[in-house]
Amino acid sequence: MNEQNKNRVVITGIGIVCPLGNDVPTMWDNILNCRSGVDATTIFDASTFPTKFCSEVKNFDITKYTKNPKLHEQGNRHSRFAVGAAAEACKQAKINIETENPADGIDRKRMGIYLGAGEGSVDNENFFNAIVQGWDDASNNMDWNKWAAVAFGKMTAYRELEQEPNMPAAHLAMLTGARGTVRSCLTACAASTQAVGEAFKIVQSGRADIMITGGAHSMIHPLGITGFNRLTALSTRNDSPQTASRPFSASRDGFVIGEGAAIVILETLESAKKRNVEILAEVIGFGSSNDAFRVTDMHEEARGAVSAIESALKDAGLTNKDIDYISTHGTSTSENDSIETLAIKTVFKEEAKNTPVSSVKSMLGHLIGAAGAAELITCVLAIRDGILPPTINYNDPDPALDLDYVPNKPRKADVNIAMDESFGFGGQNNVVIIKKYQK
Amino acid sequence: MTAPLAVITGLGAITPLGLSYKDLWIAIQQEKCGINRITAFDPAGFTCQIAGQAPEFAIRDYVPKAMRKTTKLMSRDIELAIVAADDAFKDAGIITKAFDEQNITINPKRTAITLGAGLISCDLIELAPAVARSITDGKFDIKKWGEDGINLLTPLWLLKYLPNMLACHVGIIHDIQGPSNTITCAEAAAQIAIGEAAQIIARGDADLALAGGGEAKVNPIVHIRQCLLKRAASNYNDNPTAACRPFDAKASGSVFGEAAACIIMESPENAKNRNAKIYAQISGLGQSCSINPKYESIEPDGKGIQYAIESALDEAKITPQQLDLIIPHGTGILADDAAEAAAIRSVLGSAADAIPVFPTKSLVSNTGAAAGAVDVIAACCMMRDGIIPAAKNCENNVSKLNIVKQEIKKDINYVLCCSYTYGGQTAAVVLKKYE
Repeated sequence: MNEQNKNRVVITGIGIVCPLGNDVPTMWDNILNCRSGVDATTIFDASTFPTKFCSEVKNFDITKYTKNPKLHEQGNRHSRFAVGAAAEACKQAKINIETENPADGIDRKRMGIYLGAGEGSVDNENFFNAIVQGWDDASNNMDWNKWAAVAFGKMTAYRELEQEPNMPAAHLAMLTGARGTVRSCLTACAASTQAVGEAFKIVQSGRADIMITGGAHSMIHPLGITGFNRLTALSTRNDSPQTASRPFSASRDGFVIGEGAAIVILETLESAKKRNVEILAEVIGFGSSNDAFRVTDMHEEARGAVSAIESALKDAGLTNKDIDYISTHGTSTSENDSIETLAIKTVFKEEAKNTPVSSVKSMLGHLIGAAGAAELITCVLAIRDGILPPTINYNDPDPALDLDYVPNKPRKADVNIAMDESFGFGGQNNVVIIKKYQK
Repeated sequence: MTAPLAVITGLGAITPLGLSYKDLWIAIQQEKCGINRITAFDPAGFTCQIAGQAPEFAIRDYVPKAMRKTTKLMSRDIELAIVAADDAFKDAGIITKAFDEQNITINPKRTAITLGAGLISCDLIELAPAVARSITDGKFDIKKWGEDGINLLTPLWLLKYLPNMLACHVGIIHDIQGPSNTITCAEAAAQIAIGEAAQIIARGDADLALAGGGEAKVNPIVHIRQCLLKRAASNYNDNPTAACRPFDAKASGSVFGEAAACIIMESPENAKNRNAKIYAQISGLGQSCSINPKYESIEPDGKGIQYAIESALDEAKITPQQLDLIIPHGTGILADDAAEAAAIRSVLGSAADAIPVFPTKSLVSNTGAAAGAVDVIAACCMMRDGIIPAAKNCENNVSKLNIVKQEIKKDINYVLCCSYTYGGQTAAVVLKKYE
């Protein structure tokens, strides 16, 4: 595409529902005060699981965000979180929601949605009990007639439908009236960074004036925790949940699972100016790659991560000297934090030590599909306020990991350009770069 | 006249009609139906007892020797995608790492993969022994599950069920290192994935892409979901091949099936440089969304489908009269078919009286995240051979669309494919014969 024809893309709204608060100001205040959102699991009885804690959204009340809560009451946790986060972001971007006549200067056919959204939890009680009733010990097999009798009797259409990963996007379409490009993707822990990146390209190339993008996910349910516990990916520091997420520390023992939704409004500069909305930052680069290595491990030389970072820098027209802050994927697993540090050192070379990097997962936990967009929001705020969010629980540095991780307290710094990194199971790598808006 | 976004140079599929796209196309021309009584599990207790099931295959045959161990980490959705990708790369005459490591003809870093995937359901038979260990007084006991039951699951259990694993395994087998995405928009996923891959090529982020989708819908929990939503046909358990009846008065719902379908797309320059045969070019893409408080269905006026078609035609810079063929989503769900027909009529106006419409699902079944790519492949074959076969199971057409009654032989220059899904996402693709 011809460079001259590319639109400048700016961020005009942000919204979040997360373990550190159900709006952006609360979340940011908690982060700048180094608070942890982690505590004992309450969503289900995890008392006998290897991991008994997580980072939950607390006191979420959808009626604060929508006048039509009935429309979303069947929605799974993350769909409802998405409604809350989108309502906050739309308000800031002056996008009128829940109205037939929005009168906000936006053509709905030119406004789209792109979410990195997870699946909803299964209907636990009925799901498991149907298996209990259907299992035939004698034949060591399922009796599908018995299973079907229970399942048809107990399971309900909408509870099943709402597990589909495109449901959060459906709820946001009903909320906002968006009729442009509407997509949903799921590339594990990299999903919402990928969604924001592709949405950026959709706006940049003129396929939409506005994209409502970000992510929503909750895997805090029995099968989700089962899966991650079996992979031994989760921290089992049950005696100290709030210090369990300790990215880049020598004693890190896994990630702490979180949940939530994070929404970012992307808009052409032209549209933002025409509508006279505040510009929070500019999106300038996106890079995406695939490790193509193993589904179980990251590439030892960080091949895919390096390639995604380099593509994003190239897309933004930057060099490795231009980045003021990196919001890392920083999960607190042994593997990720080592490989990610290696990737940064490979790309940034001698600049690596002068580039502060931090992981807000130390406070938020890992929001899985929603993680990248939540972290991007902290990048926007870092640029706005000139302050770097810290990596907390950094008390025993891993000698092999020697970057500036902004340990334990926030730091004042002029941030002109920030980079957000996300890496997902299977080798999915996505990187987005944003910049302070300048005319 | 517009520059193509990308050109299509390879087709691949595994469907209820065979293990390759060639089998699929032959069967479609013979009006063969791939729907039958479910054999994957005993369906007697289900309202709908029929489905489109793929022929048997051995996944080992599609995975290089050095990687055979990974087949243990593959759900059926992943296996299907691997078979279709193999077919597509071979059809395009491309040598990847999987075929001959010494003579690779793609640049891995400049190759993208974008696949549509469904909500992969766990294998209940795999879970059941662990559940059986977690029972107190005849009920599931989460405490027992946490301390005992879960240990019966293989440590890598979760990795079988992440939707992005279709693209990840295919990417590993063929060494695809460029952009990789997984679109999870249910029945609209494949055409959205094809659209996104075309955009990635058009903006210069890849020279070549594998795109499409795959989903294994013949699974008790996936199947019951469609039954509970009353989307699955329940009146034709004794007559499976007559069951899926898009746009027909006697339709009683859709029939679901398993498939994967992939296409190879390239920048025109990349295709020319390697002398590739070109099936078609992608001239227009459109996307929108249906908005309906009953979001398992499409809004009755089909507005979201209409907008997607309008923008696809806009980008292709053609008038409705120039279309030679439409492959609609056409599921056999009466209300959704009526909404889609209304959308097509509202864009095409009286031009719709003449343009042949060929729904594939009466033969192939509704293959979810693969469906849109199955349709694009069918469109490419029809365009190449200049044949539009007769549509099946539409003796009592209730739409105001020109559903093909008898085989037509004609030059096909432009084809419109469209798709939509519960949850609302819609997509339309305009294909043009390549000059």
